[in-house]
Amino acid sequence: MTAATATAREARPLPMARLRPGRIVTWTVLFIGGVLMVTPLLFMFSTSLKDAGQIYDLRLIPKEPTLANYFEVLGDGRFLRWFLNSSLVAIAVTLSNVFFDSLVGYTLAKFRFRGRQFIFLAILSTLMIPTEMLVIPWYLMSANFGWLDTYWGIMFPGMMTAFGTFLMKQFFETVPDDFLEAARIDGLNEFAIWWRVAMPLVTPALSALAIFTFLGNWTAFFWPLIVTTSSELYTLPIGLTSFAVEQAIRWEMIMTGAALATIPTLIVFLLLQRYIVRGVMLAGLKG
Amino acid sequence: MTIQEAGPARPEARAGGARLSMRTRRALWVWGFLALPILFYSVIRFYPTLDAFRLSFTDWDLMSTPEFIGVENYARMFGDPHFWQVFRNTFAYLIIGTPISLVLAFTIAFFLDRVRFAHTFIRALYFLPFITTASAMAWVWRWFYQPAPTGAINSFLGQIGLAQIDFLKSTTWALPSIMVTAIWAGLGFQIIIFMAGLRAIPQTYYEAARIDGVGEWGILRKITLPLLKPTTVFLVVFASIGFLRIFDQVYNMTTNDPGGPLGSTKPLVLLIYQTAFSSYDMGYAAAQTVVLFTILLIVSLLQLWIMRDRA
Repeated sequence: MTAATATAREARPLPMARLRPGRIVTWTVLFIGGVLMVTPLLFMFSTSLKDAGQIYDLRLIPKEPTLANYFEVLGDGRFLRWFLNSSLVAIAVTLSNVFFDSLVGYTLAKFRFRGRQFIFLAILSTLMIPTEMLVIPWYLMSANFGWLDTYWGIMFPGMMTAFGTFLMKQFFETVPDDFLEAARIDGLNEFAIWWRVAMPLVTPALSALAIFTFLGNWTAFFWPLIVTTSSELYTLPIGLTSFAVEQAIRWEMIMTGAALATIPTLIVFLLLQRYIVRGVMLAGLKG
Repeated sequence: MTIQEAGPARPEARAGGARLSMRTRRALWVWGFLALPILFYSVIRFYPTLDAFRLSFTDWDLMSTPEFIGVENYARMFGDPHFWQVFRNTFAYLIIGTPISLVLAFTIAFFLDRVRFAHTFIRALYFLPFITTASAMAWVWRWFYQPAPTGAINSFLGQIGLAQIDFLKSTTWALPSIMVTAIWAGLGFQIIIFMAGLRAIPQTYYEAARIDGVGEWGILRKITLPLLKPTTVFLVVFASIGFLRIFDQVYNMTTNDPGGPLGSTKPLVLLIYQTAFSSYDMGYAAAQTVVLFTILLIVSLLQLWIMRDRA
């Protein structure tokens, strides 16, 4: 319902279109507010380009910008390792969610079978259970199975989510049954019908789910902090924390580390802004 | 067509073996699709939930075997002033953080919705903090809050002749300072959702109101806010749950004394983390997670109750 109304609105005339001075004031205030919102990011980048002698000079454009901090931080290879760890974990969990959440969502939306409602409610009810309640049992489980301090240990709790399943079910419900029935008459098996006929029809939802899962896992902190103990297995957020603690008051180094942790998400955002914002709207209103 | 529709009355009487085997085949597909997910949700969601409840009635240091001690963990928790301090802190984040961030987000979304010039750019400025990594940004804010000459805020206060503030070292200032960081991080999401909600309101409502001579303020109060109620309720619950579960910012901004100074910034999740993974008091930590679960459940049920007339 919301996707349609959102696009229908693009062309609407503006209520305040005639109030010129008011519009300029509104725009200016919003612009200043927006600049204030990114000020922490600007200062972070600015300080990462200053050497230790310049950090008390709080001007935004460094007098003598230098990339020396970046070379020092990247020099020992730890950040690269953490970056690769985070990428691996976030990509694997995202692929798993895109596959399983949509498969389950599709099954619940498009098949009538005994126990369907029960399974749907059971999955939905897990939304009420906070991660924090599960970490102690997960930790014990990981200790028993040898998953502590492994990639699988970081990933396993998020391989499927009720949120993603619910989102995908909502979207598969809008796919006409006729399409699926036609594919059935053509002799496609049920897996092929889902993968080749139904999935391409819900790509906006899939991209929303992928973006959410990726960002959520890229920035995840609580569980990776618990399950990882060796630096080689840290994800970027955990690695950054350990790095910042170790650097103590060398703020130019800490800002460089923070910048390195932030740059990948900024690049992804700049490339996919339209999809990310639409995905957030979609997920927020359906969820 | 679906399985149920495939056999209207008595499928076996109509078509015999071929029909039946098709039904069976489709049922096999269904349970084949669901097999791994059912296993996952049972082992990774439901079993750990029950296990957390069970552990909350035990005394366990991770090494020895868990010992059943009834409700002793809960009795100990409710008699512990430190727990109540943490409980108050958690609700301070919630009760101050949620209204401030929602009022800010709505105001910005309301006006941003009307801006056409450089709309995408300004929206991006507000949204950017949301996609950053909380732990990285916590360190940037921590640096802002340092005493002069390191910290930008105190340097600025010094320049305009105001007294210095020991943001993260004072028991009065530390919690609000961390809360500002959390509000800043979540604002972009709330703005985007409010804007989506505003766009879902049919334009004809506004036109009709304007023809009837209702002013801008009247339109806001009589049309926009009531029609935005589902969005607002969703965001209140979402933000509340976020503040009740606050951890990343607090942990990163107080690493030298987690939750300090003097426990004045410690939220429930940090207490759980310390009880479980610093003191290895697993049973007691499990009892604390049950309290968190109960609070979050109440918030979710309140949402369902408020939205009951919508279904």
